[in-house]
Amino acid sequence: MTGVGAVLASGTAATSALKVVTTRHAYVAFALLLCVGLYMMIANPHLVKKIIGLNLFQTAIFLLFITSAYVDGGAIPIVPSGAAETETFVSPLPQVIVLTAIVVGVSLTAVGLALCIRIYDEYGTLRTDTLRELLRDEGSIPERAQFGDETTATDDGAATDGGVAATGGETDD
Amino acid sequence: MTDVLLPVAIAVPIVAATLPIALGLWYEDVGWPIAAVATTVLVGFAGAIGAEVALGGRFSHALGTYQPPVGIELVADELSAAVLVLVATVSLAVLAFSRVAGPRGNPFYSGYLLLVGGLTGLVLTGDLFNLFVFLEIVGITTYALIAADRSGASAYASLKYLVLGTVGASLYLIGVGYVFLATGTLNMLDVQAQIVEQAGYADPLVQASYAFIVAGLALKIALFPVHVWQPDAYQRAPDAVTALMAALVSTTSAYALIRVSYTVFTVDFLAANDAITTALLVVAGASILSGSALAAMQSDLKRMFAYSSVAQFGMIAGAVGLANETALLGGMVHLIGHGLLKFGLFLGVGMLSLGYGARRIEDLASVAREAPYTAGAIAVLGLALVGIPPSIGFLGKWYIGVGAVESSLTGGGAAGVGIAVVIFVSTLFTLAYVARLIERFYFAGVGLPGGHGDDASDPAVTDGGHGGASEASEADAGPVSPVEDAPRSSWVPDRVPPASLALLVLTALTAVALGFGGFALAEWFDPYLTEVFA
Repeated sequence: MTGVGAVLASGTAATSALKVVTTRHAYVAFALLLCVGLYMMIANPHLVKKIIGLNLFQTAIFLLFITSAYVDGGAIPIVPSGAAETETFVSPLPQVIVLTAIVVGVSLTAVGLALCIRIYDEYGTLRTDTLRELLRDEGSIPERAQFGDETTATDDGAATDGGVAATGGETDD
Repeated sequence: MTDVLLPVAIAVPIVAATLPIALGLWYEDVGWPIAAVATTVLVGFAGAIGAEVALGGRFSHALGTYQPPVGIELVADELSAAVLVLVATVSLAVLAFSRVAGPRGNPFYSGYLLLVGGLTGLVLTGDLFNLFVFLEIVGITTYALIAADRSGASAYASLKYLVLGTVGASLYLIGVGYVFLATGTLNMLDVQAQIVEQAGYADPLVQASYAFIVAGLALKIALFPVHVWQPDAYQRAPDAVTALMAALVSTTSAYALIRVSYTVFTVDFLAANDAITTALLVVAGASILSGSALAAMQSDLKRMFAYSSVAQFGMIAGAVGLANETALLGGMVHLIGHGLLKFGLFLGVGMLSLGYGARRIEDLASVAREAPYTAGAIAVLGLALVGIPPSIGFLGKWYIGVGAVESSLTGGGAAGVGIAVVIFVSTLFTLAYVARLIERFYFAGVGLPGGHGDDASDPAVTDGGHGGASEASEADAGPVSPVEDAPRSSWVPDRVPPASLALLVLTALTAVALGFGGFALAEWFDPYLTEVFA
């Protein structure tokens, strides 16, 4: 362990790299998570895993905001009426932002998974390579067929649609 | 008190969005009337906001009486008022088409109103993070609406858009996070001041922030390397949704790009960071060229116009990157004009597929004989897209082109001339695919059984197409024949929904009429331009 430390400490670049890792580890984690999420979205052929990658990507951004708001020794930013504002406070704004972003992320995941269910019902697979083949086999035929389906399916569509975010999923035929 | 218009304009569609689902428990088919009322009210508010801006200039509203920069501010100025009027009118007009073309059902109209509310908010907000929230509201509802016809292919296209669109919005959020770290504020105007005060234009954090924001918005706008979601989404979405998306969703993202570039980061930032503007111009140029070339290669109508959007938004991004007054004016005019043209074109394509089942360019042989007014209006809109004067498409391209040359003449290097050349080449490509369409409309029936070559090859191609084909009385003799239950009207031979046809013709006329309004448009945007380039 000390050996590794000595080796790292020998070069200036390595020293600064080590310094970054030890003092700014949250930012390093942010960059890593971001890249892992992005790589997962690009490289993984499975649609649900792409959505998991998307979630990782977003979580990395939450981490960035939370880290930036952290103040060493800062207190909760609630000031009782009449009390003097002498303490150091943690900035509440980034936390509010993250709360909102989490809500957005959850609804996105919901829509994404609903679409996945629809795709699985239709094609029986969630792998993009297989899907692409199936779509290619379909050719441009779905254009007209889709249109016909749509006009016939409108009546039950009105009755069974669960909601905008949840359309698809459970009510699909 | 007039500033209350701003939050109410956003609240109307969002609150109304809850009604179709809630009332849907008791009544069927209540969605369309609610959506129609809400968007009509929104058109009224948009008109009022526009009038207010015309009379008194920029005005703003502090939400919940928390004063900016702490609270969220809603702002209307010349640019946002113009885009808001486009959003309101197009969303009302699309409803007329969706009534006959579907998708039907109350949940669809809830999503529709939520989307309109998101677009309104996106246009009016004066806060960077609030912009992200509205961007995501627009995104989520668009994903849902693309898949509204419940087919597998549209679900796949929608999921593709979801993944890429979310990455785009997330990159935008990272950018906002960086600029927040640099300045500690989120209000657009305050950020503008704080960047100068606390960081400076050469601060890597600010530069990275702008780069992330541009990359994120480029994904949302569908500029060239990251446009891959867009053709599928446009093609697979139901026709009414495509018309709405093509006219508004990317347009408001491009509006956000202009807003962030000029109101938040300012033209001085762009001037101080040559590398960034050059990169933006390169992306814009690539987008213009590849979009046009790919569009010329398509045979599916919706896909063709989808790729054409990639090219047109490349021009708007180019106008942002050129950072001079004329180019930005062109960018803003083209933003409005392109929205209008694409609404008309996708509406026309949707009407043709509804009435004649024609979705590919090969299916369209001598449509002009069957549907003279529809074909004529589409031809006019197509020529406006090419940029034949007088039309709004010409104005936008012209100003961007002049601005590009100007920027080269005033020491901006070769990039400006490059953009001008690229726009010229793209115009030729646009002419290629629009001419192919017109050739199909007016000449392709020649020699086919029942076709009258003399009628169809009448030279009056560009005057709206009324002369060329109106005397063709044998309605079902041509190679294009109406589908079984195509709507019928006693006024026109076109077997398309009459209300949509009226709108289509109106859109074509507006596109031409606005072509005469170059000075009026320049005057309208002048206060914004002088503010930005002060």
